[in-house]
Amino acid sequence: MNRIALFVPLVIFVGLSLVLLLGLDKDPTELPSALVGEPFPAFNLTALSDEQSRLTEQDVKGDVMLVNVWATWCFACRIEHPMLNNLSAQGVKVVGLNYKDQRASALDWLAERGDPYRFNIFDTQGSLGIDLGVYGAPETYLVDADGIIRHRRVGVVDERVWNAEFRELYDQLTGGEQ
Amino acid sequence: MRVAASMTLCFLFLGFSSPSFAVLAVVEFSDESLRPRYQQLVQELRCPKCQNQNLADSNSPISQDLRREIQRLLEQQMTDQQIKDYLKSRYSEFILYRPEVNKNTWLLWGSPVVIVLLGLLIVARHHRRVKPVLDSKSTTDSGDQQRLAALLREEENQS
Repeated sequence: MNRIALFVPLVIFVGLSLVLLLGLDKDPTELPSALVGEPFPAFNLTALSDEQSRLTEQDVKGDVMLVNVWATWCFACRIEHPMLNNLSAQGVKVVGLNYKDQRASALDWLAERGDPYRFNIFDTQGSLGIDLGVYGAPETYLVDADGIIRHRRVGVVDERVWNAEFRELYDQLTGGEQ
Repeated sequence: MRVAASMTLCFLFLGFSSPSFAVLAVVEFSDESLRPRYQQLVQELRCPKCQNQNLADSNSPISQDLRREIQRLLEQQMTDQQIKDYLKSRYSEFILYRPEVNKNTWLLWGSPVVIVLLGLLIVARHHRRVKPVLDSKSTTDSGDQQRLAALLREEENQS
């Protein structure tokens, strides 16, 4: 009995090491998503290209769309932009959410780097950002035809992320019509 | 003397002008009774971007936005719980520095209790085992007392 008891600290140590080892693989900056499976939040904001026209949550329904949160002050968005151009060229419907930005500089950005977006929601106050739980641009949401958020990516979407996280779900939602 | 006093005063004020004070000082409420609740909430809610800071400590843009949002919701007469739920439904449970008890957190909440109980159990068992040993060696009988006195005397003589 006493001899077995001697091994208790070793067992506890090995157990704890395993738990901590598993924890190493997790990315702490990746938050669990509260909105996956939920409808895209209601909003009523102007379009980036036209102050007079209003956009609402009805505009992100009816088709499978990629909603991309971006801003000109966001450095990683520069890196991501060519990938969005690429996806758009492949026929993916990309919608922009211009987050806490200036209208003029955002339009300059699109003129300079190409415009992959079907339209851009202009959220200068970040109010839709709060409803979406945005905590850092860029963020990308895959929204299905019913306006339900199916996947969320915080950070840059590149070729690798698209293939690993989006492609299969996207093909499944669109029925592979691409 | 006056110079020394005013220097001391200056240093005291320096102590009060820490960033977190500056951040909280500018908030204005229609009703002052909201302020303690606001301060409690920004202490207990976590900044989603700068992960080891609460909303009160962090000066990141998202924390500023969320502090403004909390202020707005307080002015709308929402309860603390409603405000937490509001933010939880957007930023997930991550935002609560004081997590709720549920199937993901029962281990977190339960383990201190279990560990204390385990500790008490070990102490109790140890105590029961050790006690009889102590009794048999206790120096209450007169023979031992005499021996002890003799030893002490010997010690004194030697020194």
